[in-house]
Amino acid sequence: MTRQRVHWQDRLAQVLLLGCCALLALFLLGPMATILIKSVQDKSGAFVGLMQFRDYFATPALKSSIWNTFWVAIVVTGITIPLAFAYAYALTRSCMRGKITFRVIALTPILAPSLLAAISFIQWFGNQGALKWLLHGASIYGPLGIIVSAIYATFPHALMIVLTSLLLTDGRLYEAAESLRTPTWRKFFTITLPGAKFGLVSATMVVFSYTVSDFGIPKVIGGNFNVLAVDIYKQVIGQQNFNKGAVVGLVLLFPVLVAFIVDWIMQGRQQAQFSARAVPYAPKPAPWFDRTMFLFCLVVALLLLAVLGMAVYTSFIKFWPYDKSMSLRHYQFGLIDAGVFDSYLNSLKMALLVALGGTMFIFGCAYLLEKTRGVPLLKAAVRLLAAVPMGVPGMVLGLGYILFFNDPDNPLNGLYGTLGILVFSTVVHYYTSSHLTAVTALKALDNEFEAVSASLKVPFYKTFFRVTVPVCLPAILDIGRYLFVNAMVTISAVIFLYTPQTRLASIAILRLDEFGEIGPAAAMATLIVATSTAICLVYAVLTRFIVTRTQAWRTPVVL
Amino acid sequence: MTDDSYLRLAGIHKSFGKFEALKDIALEVRRGELMVFLGPSGCGKTTLLRIIAGLETQDTGTIHQDGRDISRLPPIQRDYGIVFQSYALFPNLTIRANVAYGLVNRRQARGAIAKRVAELLNLIGLPDAGPKYPGQLSGGQQQRIALARALASAPGLLLLDEPLSALDALERVRLRGEIRALQQRLGVTTVMVTHDQEEALSMADRIVVMCTGHIEQVGTPRQVYEAPATPFVADFVGKINVLPAVAEGGGQFRVGEVSLAVARPDIVAGTFVNLYLRPEEIALNAAGGVNGNTLGARIAKVEFLGAFCMVGLTLDAKGAPALVANVPRHDVDSGRMAAGQAVRVSLPPDALRVLG
Ligand SMILES: Nc1ncnc2c1ncn2[C@@H]1O[C@H](COP(=O)(O)OP(=O)(O)OP(=O)(O)O)[C@@H](O)[C@H]1O
Ligand SMILES: [Mg+2]
Repeated sequence: MTRQRVHWQDRLAQVLLLGCCALLALFLLGPMATILIKSVQDKSGAFVGLMQFRDYFATPALKSSIWNTFWVAIVVTGITIPLAFAYAYALTRSCMRGKITFRVIALTPILAPSLLAAISFIQWFGNQGALKWLLHGASIYGPLGIIVSAIYATFPHALMIVLTSLLLTDGRLYEAAESLRTPTWRKFFTITLPGAKFGLVSATMVVFSYTVSDFGIPKVIGGNFNVLAVDIYKQVIGQQNFNKGAVVGLVLLFPVLVAFIVDWIMQGRQQAQFSARAVPYAPKPAPWFDRTMFLFCLVVALLLLAVLGMAVYTSFIKFWPYDKSMSLRHYQFGLIDAGVFDSYLNSLKMALLVALGGTMFIFGCAYLLEKTRGVPLLKAAVRLLAAVPMGVPGMVLGLGYILFFNDPDNPLNGLYGTLGILVFSTVVHYYTSSHLTAVTALKALDNEFEAVSASLKVPFYKTFFRVTVPVCLPAILDIGRYLFVNAMVTISAVIFLYTPQTRLASIAILRLDEFGEIGPAAAMATLIVATSTAICLVYAVLTRFIVTRTQAWRTPVVL
Repeated sequence: MTDDSYLRLAGIHKSFGKFEALKDIALEVRRGELMVFLGPSGCGKTTLLRIIAGLETQDTGTIHQDGRDISRLPPIQRDYGIVFQSYALFPNLTIRANVAYGLVNRRQARGAIAKRVAELLNLIGLPDAGPKYPGQLSGGQQQRIALARALASAPGLLLLDEPLSALDALERVRLRGEIRALQQRLGVTTVMVTHDQEEALSMADRIVVMCTGHIEQVGTPRQVYEAPATPFVADFVGKINVLPAVAEGGGQFRVGEVSLAVARPDIVAGTFVNLYLRPEEIALNAAGGVNGNTLGARIAKVEFLGAFCMVGLTLDAKGAPALVANVPRHDVDSGRMAAGQAVRVSLPPDALRVLG
């Protein structure tokens, strides 16, 4: 077998990729492995086999939270998916007015921490809620509150996935069907649904996993209704029982991992479905249908705005429900004077670090993976590592971090309690989506750029900076925005990892809520939304600027 | 090894898993010649080119370029310029920056680079394209830029992988003339891959005909066309008639009911062979000299192809295969040839070939 001599530049790329792999292993596999180990050890560190699992399943209260977690997640999924599908259908298949506005409104929940929804629903339907009478004595504190809050929080995630799959359906299929005089309902069942199938599966898995692993919503609005995510929190923070926490973590990990693997397999099958020449579908006006769809979207959008609006409103009035005059006191006294504002600054700092560092690492790693030569085994390993975080609930990841880095024998013990560990855990937590964005952008580049550079004797890193990065800039900015927004709202992965000095805004909301300080909590949530909105606006402007100015080449001049 | 050999491949094998993409390839490319790899899709042309470029590594075998063993060198240490079917121009750089891409790295003076770029743009006939972006040029123009970029640092070897197949028919014909002229002017040794036989015949100094991972024949376009070494080459390069026959000895061959004279008296009686005959070598109603193999036939159809017509023929003799002849248009007109008409068909003995 002839083997090519390895040029130092190729070697450099391989070493860098090896570094990426090592970092991913350290910050993903290390923590996850520690959870596995701790789950079969008792507090003193002795091996006890599956004893703790047996104990766990023998405790009725803990067992009931498995059931609670599941049925709530199933109800949420069962409502969110049809809702999101109908909304996406209206956006793609009707000629109604205001599509852009509807789309923007539907995506606003992404900008808010999940806690915001819980707070808002308490304000609407809680003990002193504005619309409490609507519930006829039923309580919002419990499964009902969790379900509605989770629907609000997961709706935009489901919508984006379903929307993408509906947009990808080839318009020519509809044209062909029309030429055969296929009735509308048949087009729906033979073209629309099959085309959206994979998107629907994917959205289902995402919503289910999100609901199962979310911690903020049940903590704030769940009352005495136990779910797995809160159980982990109670075991770890309440009882300082890390080993039991690890057991619950694994119980939580299991369904999420299954959902993730199902989705992965389905997506693998999807590849062949779309041809590169697909033509987008252009809907034709149909007054009745368009009006119905408009009304539906209007109702959904108003409901979404009502949730966000209530939180913002709460933050600006003096004292709900007794003194509804406008004031900034929750911001001034509740946040700044109370010293809670620091946590907002922490969040900002962390989100910026995550966006900058995470984007560079993720894009660089994806580049090495897709565009450099050799080391197929290493590449397979990195691909796998990059895919795993999507299947790990934030709570479980955070627990892994505390177990792994808090161990005095770990040389990286010093990281514990710093802002750094929050940054690392957040980057890992949101790794998979960002990685996929980067890979998609890189795959869209001509495969031979690297071959051409080599033939011109230009080192790969030069081409990386001169060509690859500029051409992929929109995708890179997109990753940065995604990471920033999520770092601002994340709570489950970081709840175990903060110290008083590194407390984040989302955690501050939780604490304020625990103390009944709902006004300042709403104020903090509003600040987060405002910040994320600002970043999204900056992103939009920047992208527009780049496309029109620095990338003149994107708009070909017809000769 | 001949003196003027520039690139020499020996014993090249390449497998992808269990699939053998290249089997024992040996080849010499002479200094300054344009060599074309021709073959059907999947026969391994691109793989062989990429092995020369170092983009793939052969399992076994050696490659020498200009006397230097490059078998194990990575692409960046080899000396070639390459042009791909997709152009692979850097979309965010101007044409000028694209062409200068490899020069900048060689630490040449600014002025020298600018001069060289201008010279190259002139050479490819696009002197004003410098400040534009690739997206603003047509496919053919982009391919010319890719060629200029590959030639910028005056490499010893130029590799072209189906450089014309993404272009429309007219542009393809124009550009193939330009590439050929440029290559001859610069005298750069060139290897080009194509599956278009017309392209190969019109451009190449020599053609390598490949089939399922091995070389069928190496020769000039005329040799490959007029004296195909194997049935595969005969069939792949140009159209050809095949007549299954049995040798009768003494240069006579029986095809169905008739006996044909072929200039192959060496073949022993009783041997089963195929006789090959190019369509344009069949003469219809030939005036003058009867050359032995003149048979009665009926025209099955006439297909108009421009300067030539393709005439389908059914021989009167039983058991003989249908034939196709290429006849100049004016012969068809003057002879009033039409379907159903009876004609006399001449099959010249020295044009009938036995292969394999
Ligand atoms: N990286 C690879 N892995 C597996 N099989 C490969 C790989 N590259 C090429 N092959 C196979 O090797 C054979 C030869 O491929 P190659 O690209 O050289 O064909 P080609 O002659 O250039 O064909 P075409 O005219 O279609 O470009 C094909 O059957 C192809 O499927
Ligand atoms: Mg090819």
